Amino acid sequence: MQKLLQLPVNAVNIVKGVQGVTQGQEEALSPVLTPDSGPQNWYSAVQPEELRHLRSGGTEDRSALEEGLNSVQTQPLRHDDLKEMLDSNKDSLKLEAMKRIVAMIARGKNASDLFPAVVKNVACKNIEVKKLVYVYLVRYAEEQQDLALLSISTFQRGLKDPNQLIRASALRVLSSIRVTIIVPIMMLAIKEAASDMSPYVRKTAAHAIPKLHSLDPEQKDQLIEVIEKLLADKTTLVAGSVVMAFEEVCPDRIDLIHKNYRKLCNLLIDVEEWGQVVIINMLTRYARTQFLNPNINESLLEENSEKAFYASDDEEEEDKKAEPATLAKRKPYVMDPDHRLLLRNTKPLLQSRNAAVVMAVAQLYFHLAPKAEVGIIAKALVRLMRSHSEVQYVVLQNVATMSIKRRGMFEPYLKSFYIRSTDPTQIKVLKLEVLTNLANETNISTILREFQTYIKSMDKDFVAASIQAIGRCATNIGEVRDTCLNGLVQLLSNRDELVVAESVVVIKKLLQMQPEQHSDIIKHMAKLIDNIQVPMARASILWLIGEYCEHVPKIAPDVLRKMAKSFTNEEDIVKLQIINLAAKLYLTNSKQSKLLTQYVLNLAKYDQNYDIRDRARFIRQLIVPTDKSGALSKYAKKLFLALKPAPVLESPFKDRDHFQLGSLSHLLNAKAAGYQELPNWPESAPDPSVRNVEIPDWSKCSSRKDRKEKKVEKPFYSDSEGESGPTESADSESDSGSGSASASGSDESGSGSESEESGEETESDEEEEDEEEEKKKRKKLDKTKAKKQCIINFDQFDMNKITSVFSQTLAPSGSIKMYELLHRIKGEGLAVEYCFSRQPFSPEPNMVAVQIQFTNNTNSETKNLHIEDPRLQSGMRIREFAEIDVLAAGESVTVVMGIDFCDSTQAANFQLCTHTRKFFVSIQPPVGELMTPAFLTENDFKKEQGKLMGMNEILEKLTLGEKCVNEHVIVERVTATANLSRVPCGSDKECRFAGKTVSSGCLVLVTVTTKEGGGAQLTVNCEKMLIGTMLVKDILQALSQ
Amino acid sequence: MIHSLFLINNAGDLFLEKHWKSVISRSVCDYFFEAREKAVEPDNVPPVIRTPHHYLINIYREKIFFVSVIQTEVPPLFVIEFLHRVAETFQDYFGECSESTIKDNVVIVYELLEEMLDNGFPLATESNILKELIRPPTILRSMVNTITGSSNVGETLPTGQLSTIPWRRAGVKYTNNEAYFDVVEEIDAILDKSGTTVFAEIQGVIDACVKLSGMPDLTLSFMNPRLLDDVSFHPCVRYKRWESERVISFVPPDGNFQLMSYHISAQNLVAIPVYVKQNISFFETGSSGRLDITVGPKQTMGKTVEGLVVTVHMPKVVLSANLNATQGTYNYDPVTKILVWDIGKLNPQKLPNLKGSLSLQSGAPKPEENPSLNIDLKIQQLAISGLKVNRLDMYGEKYKPFKGVKYVTKAGKFQVRT
Repeated sequence: MQKLLQLPVNAVNIVKGVQGVTQGQEEALSPVLTPDSGPQNWYSAVQPEELRHLRSGGTEDRSALEEGLNSVQTQPLRHDDLKEMLDSNKDSLKLEAMKRIVAMIARGKNASDLFPAVVKNVACKNIEVKKLVYVYLVRYAEEQQDLALLSISTFQRGLKDPNQLIRASALRVLSSIRVTIIVPIMMLAIKEAASDMSPYVRKTAAHAIPKLHSLDPEQKDQLIEVIEKLLADKTTLVAGSVVMAFEEVCPDRIDLIHKNYRKLCNLLIDVEEWGQVVIINMLTRYARTQFLNPNINESLLEENSEKAFYASDDEEEEDKKAEPATLAKRKPYVMDPDHRLLLRNTKPLLQSRNAAVVMAVAQLYFHLAPKAEVGIIAKALVRLMRSHSEVQYVVLQNVATMSIKRRGMFEPYLKSFYIRSTDPTQIKVLKLEVLTNLANETNISTILREFQTYIKSMDKDFVAASIQAIGRCATNIGEVRDTCLNGLVQLLSNRDELVVAESVVVIKKLLQMQPEQHSDIIKHMAKLIDNIQVPMARASILWLIGEYCEHVPKIAPDVLRKMAKSFTNEEDIVKLQIINLAAKLYLTNSKQSKLLTQYVLNLAKYDQNYDIRDRARFIRQLIVPTDKSGALSKYAKKLFLALKPAPVLESPFKDRDHFQLGSLSHLLNAKAAGYQELPNWPESAPDPSVRNVEIPDWSKCSSRKDRKEKKVEKPFYSDSEGESGPTESADSESDSGSGSASASGSDESGSGSESEESGEETESDEEEEDEEEEKKKRKKLDKTKAKKQCIINFDQFDMNKITSVFSQTLAPSGSIKMYELLHRIKGEGLAVEYCFSRQPFSPEPNMVAVQIQFTNNTNSETKNLHIEDPRLQSGMRIREFAEIDVLAAGESVTVVMGIDFCDSTQAANFQLCTHTRKFFVSIQPPVGELMTPAFLTENDFKKEQGKLMGMNEILEKLTLGEKCVNEHVIVERVTATANLSRVPCGSDKECRFAGKTVSSGCLVLVTVTTKEGGGAQLTVNCEKMLIGTMLVKDILQALSQ
Repeated sequence: MIHSLFLINNAGDLFLEKHWKSVISRSVCDYFFEAREKAVEPDNVPPVIRTPHHYLINIYREKIFFVSVIQTEVPPLFVIEFLHRVAETFQDYFGECSESTIKDNVVIVYELLEEMLDNGFPLATESNILKELIRPPTILRSMVNTITGSSNVGETLPTGQLSTIPWRRAGVKYTNNEAYFDVVEEIDAILDKSGTTVFAEIQGVIDACVKLSGMPDLTLSFMNPRLLDDVSFHPCVRYKRWESERVISFVPPDGNFQLMSYHISAQNLVAIPVYVKQNISFFETGSSGRLDITVGPKQTMGKTVEGLVVTVHMPKVVLSANLNATQGTYNYDPVTKILVWDIGKLNPQKLPNLKGSLSLQSGAPKPEENPSLNIDLKIQQLAISGLKVNRLDMYGEKYKPFKGVKYVTKAGKFQVRT
C-alpha cells in the first residue's frame, strides 16, 4: 500500500498538470476540457439522486429535495475551506479534510463537487489520505466519469508493481470505478492479473470479474475464459472468489466445473468460510445434474409408510409411476465415488462456527445424501438455534421445510423447539410450525400438553397460531381429534375475543370431518353469535349452522332471524354467509324461513358491495321458483347441500423444498432475482469420466507416470500452500487419500490415479517416497557399475525404469546417450565413455555433471587414473574426479566430474592420465545438456515468455517426423534433446518446456505448437541468442526425424 | 451480493450508509421503517423484507439495526452472519458497538467496511488481518496522531491475507507469554409450575486469550472429552485430530477469540443449580394480586451461587408492586412491566424470599395467564457439565508459557413457568 503511494512520482506531476487545468477551468471555464463541465458538475451528480426521490414520490421526498437544493446552495462556502485544505502541502490538513469528507459521505451528504480537489490527491504519499481518496473515488467516479479518468494512470502503474499486495489493491480500486470508458483497460488488467504469479492477485482478479460483468455484460464471453482459467487454479485463496464470479457471470456453464470438481471438493475445507458457502451451494446444483438420486430405491418403500399423510405429493407420485419401469431395468444403485467424495468432504464443515457454512452443508445433505445419512445435519441445525435470533429465524424456516419431508430426523430434538415466553413472536410461530410437523401418535400427548401452556401466553398472535397448530394436529392424528376438539370448545369461553374467534374457525374445520356427533357443539356455537364480533368467526359459525341446519333444525331459523335484523351492520364476509344460510334454510325448511330469506335477499339487492348484490341475484334466481327460472333451479338443493370435502389443514411449508434450502427464494417462498433452479435428478447419470482430470502429458500411461507429472507440479503447489502443510491441508489431504483408496475399486481409471495423487501429498508418504527414490538411485548406480558395456543393451524394461527414476528425481527426460571419450584401441585397452547424467552436480551447482565410465579391457591393472592439464576457454572451469588408484583387468568404474561450460558449446580439453600413458581428450556438450529443468506454472511461463520477446525469441516452422504422431513422442524427443522440464498446459495442441542454463541461470523456454497435418511451430525464448539458435537446430532435427 | 448497508438507531434515524456497488437511495429504507412500525418490538422485525426491487436483510444488535440491501439471490444466513461479524468487529475495535462510538469513529468504521467487503463479497473478516490493516483507536494513539499527524492505517502490508492461516499475525512477540482459557457454560432450561424440568441443555464455549510469541502449535486435551457430542470450532482447530484423538490441536490467533463451542443436549441429565417456589395469583375482585417467590439451592456441587437475579414480565394490567424482599433489592418498571429482583449471593441457610401484593388496573379483567420467571445466576469455578481440561501442550516454540484455565457456569435462557 505504502509503495503504491510512493510509486508514481511522475504520476503526481501528471495529475498536478491536470490539476492546473481543472483549476483553470474552474476559474475561467477553460476550453481544454468540456466547456460545460463546470456548472454541469454538481448538476449531473445531483440529478439521479433527485430523480429517484421524485420517482418514489411522497411529500417527505419533496422536502428532501428542497433540503438537497438548500445544501447545494450553502455547501460551497463550507467546501471552499475543504478545498483549501486539500490543496495544502501538509498531509495532516489533507487528512483532516478527507476525514470530514468521508464523514459526509457516511451520513449520505452530497460531496460530489469536491471531486477535482480530491482526485488529484490520489497519488498522495500518506497512506490514510490515499485510502480515503480511494473511498471517495469509488463512491463518486460513476457520477464524474471524465474526471475519474485522471486517476486511472496511477492504478495502471500500480498494476505493474513488483509487490503483489500493491498490484492487488490497484486492481481492486480500478475495477471498482464504474466508468464505462475504461472497460477495455479493466479487461486487460483482469486478464493479466489472472495469470499473475501471486494467488492473492489472482483472487483479486476473480473479484473484479463480476464488477466488470455488471458494468458491461457484453464482456461476458471474454470473462468466461478468465473464469475458466481461474477455476483451474489450485490455491484455496482463489477457489472461493472464482466460484463466486462463476455464480454471478455464468452459473449455467456447468461444463466448466467438471474438470475442477474433485479439486474443489478436496480444497473445500481450507477455503475461507465465505468461499465455502458459495462453493457448497454451487456443488449442490452440480451434483443434481451429474449423479443419480441416492434414494431412488427407498422412495418406493417410503411411499407406503408416509403416503397416508402426504397423499397429494405429486412429485413422489410421479416418481412412483416412473419407478417400476426403471427399477426393473436398473442395476442396484451404486453411488458415484465423486458423489461420495462431495458428501464426505463437506461433512466436517457441519462443525464450522459460521452458521452460513453449516446451513450450506445441511442443505447439501438434504438435497443430495441418501436418506439414512441426512440425519447427521439435525444436530448441527439444532445447535444453530442457540445463535442470534435472526439466525434462528432462518434456520427454523429451513427446519420447518425439512421436517415435513424427513420427520424422523428432528424427532429426537423435539424439546429443543419448545417455546420460551421471551422468544420473539416470529420465532415462536416458527417453532410452533416445527412442533406441529413433528407431531405423531407417540409424542402427541407431550406436544399437546406443551400447547396448553402456550394458549395461556400473553402474546395473542402466538395464541392464535397455537390454536391453529392444535387444529392441524387434530386433523393429522385421528386419535386425539376429540381431545383437541374438547380443548378448543373450552377456549370458546375465553375472555379474549381473538382467541375465541380463532377457535371457532378451527373448530369449524374440525367439525366438518364428523358433524353428526357434534350437534351440541354446533348449538353451543350458535349461542356465541350474540357475543363474538370478529367477522371471520361470525362467518364461520353461520356457515356451520347453514351447512348442518338439519342437525339443529330449531335453532337455525332463529339465528337467521337475528342475522336478518343486523344484516346492514355486518361485514361483507358475514353478509355473504347470511345469504348463504338463508338460501340453505329456504331449501330445507322453506315454511319457516321463506319470508326471512326474501327479506335478506331484498336487503342484499341494495347493498353497496357488488359482490353481495351479485350473489343475492344469483341465489334468488336459483332458489325462488318463478316462471322464468331456468333448468338449474331443479338442482338447487343438490348444488347447495352437496357433501363438501373436509378441508385439509396443511403446513405453509409443504413443498417449499423445490427451492434450494437455505436460499433467499426458499425463505420468501418466491423466486428471487438470479435464483438458479435446483435441477431434478437425471434419469440416468451422465458420463462420469468428464471429471477425470486429464494428465496433459503422459496421457495414456500408467499411474507410475502420473506420479511423474505430479512431481513436476509439486513445487508450485507446495509454494502456494506455504506453511499450511503441517497444519490444515495435511489433515484434509490425508482424508482424501484414504477416501479415494476406498473408491478406487469401483472406478479404476479415474479414482485410481486420484488416490495416487492425493496419497502423495500426505506428509508421511512423501518421506517414504523420498527414501524409496534414494534407494532406487543407489541401486541404479550399482547396476551401471556391474553391467559395464552392456548399458546400451539394457532391455526396454530396464531402460524405462531408469528414465523413470531419473525423471522422478529430476525432470522428465529421454534415454541417456553415451558418448565415446577414448576408444578402446586408441586407448590401448582402456575404453572411456561419458554421458550427461542430468543430475545436479552437488559440489558446484553451476557445473554440468558428466558421468565418466572407465573400462579396462587389458589383461593388467591400470593405475592412477586422473586428469591433468586441462586447457579451457576463459571462464570455463573443471572439477576433476578423485584419482582412481587401481582399475583391475576386465573391471569398469564410473565417476562423476563437473564442468562449467560457461553456457557455451566449446569443448573442454584435458589429458587423461594413467600410470603409463597420457591421452588428449575433449568433451563437447550438446547445447541441450547445458541446462537444467526449471519448474514453472503455466502462468509463470507465459509471463516469462512475455519478457523474452523480440530478439530473444526464435520462431521456426517445421514438419513433424512420421513418428511424431502424438504429444507423447514430442515430449520424449524434446526432453531427450535438451534437459528441460515440461510445463503444464491447458491446451493439447501445445507442449511447453522450461529450463535454465546451468552456469548463468538464464531461462530457456520452448514451445511446440502442433497444427493439423503434421505441421508444427517451434518457439524458443532465451536471453542467450546463441544458445537459442543452437537449441532450435537440435530440436528441429529431433522432431523432424 | 451485499449492495449497501444502512445503520439505523432505535429511534429510526439513519446515521450511516455505505455502498459497495452503485449508490442506492436511502428511500429504500422506507420499507424497513414500515415493517419496524408494524412489528412494535424491535425483536419482531422480520430479518428479511421484500421490496419491489430489492431485498432488505437486517439484524438488530446493541439497539442498532444493520440493514443491508440485496438485489439478487444470496443465502440469507450468509448476509446475517456477515452483519454480525461486522458488529463484532466494531465491538472489538471500539470496546462497544453503539451509535455514539460508531459516530465518533466514523472514518475508521468506513475504512473497516471498505476492507471487509469487495463488491459485496467478504474479503477480510478476520480481526487479526483487519488490525494489521487498520489499527484500533486508543487514547494514546489518537493523541499522538493529532500531534504528529500520523495515521491509523497500518504501515505494513497485510501479509496475513496471503497466508493460509489468515487468523494469525506473523512476527508476534511478547515478553510474558501466557495462554488463558475460560470454560463458560450456560444452562438453558424450562421448568414447569411444579419445578420439574421440561427441557434442559448446556451450551458451553471455551474463550481463549492467547498471547504467545512466534508460531506456537497448541494441543488442549480434556479429562472427559466424551461429554462433548456436538461441537463447533474456530477455523484454526484441526478437525481431524478431534475426530481421531479427541484433542484440540491448533495454531491460535493472536489475542482473544472463541476456540470452540459445544452443546450438551437434553438427553443427558443436566443439573439444575436452583429451585424456585413461587405463587403468583390475581384475585377476581378488588383488582389486586399476590406474589410470593422463594429461591433455594438444588444441585450446586458445593459451590456458591452468585449474581442471582429473577426477572418477571408482568401482565399489562399490573400497575405497581408493593413487595418485601428478605435479601437484595427489587424494582418494578411500570412502563415495561418488568419486575427485577436482584438477589446477589444465595445463602443456603437463609433462603431469599420476595413477598407482597400487586395492584392492578381497576376495572380490567383479571389476567388469564401467569407470568413466567427468568432466572440469571453465576457459579464460579464450576463447569456444570463436569467438563475438565486435562492439559495444554505447546509445540513449535522453545519458551515456557504461563497457562491458566477458569470455569464459570451461568444461567442462559433459564425460565420457570407459572
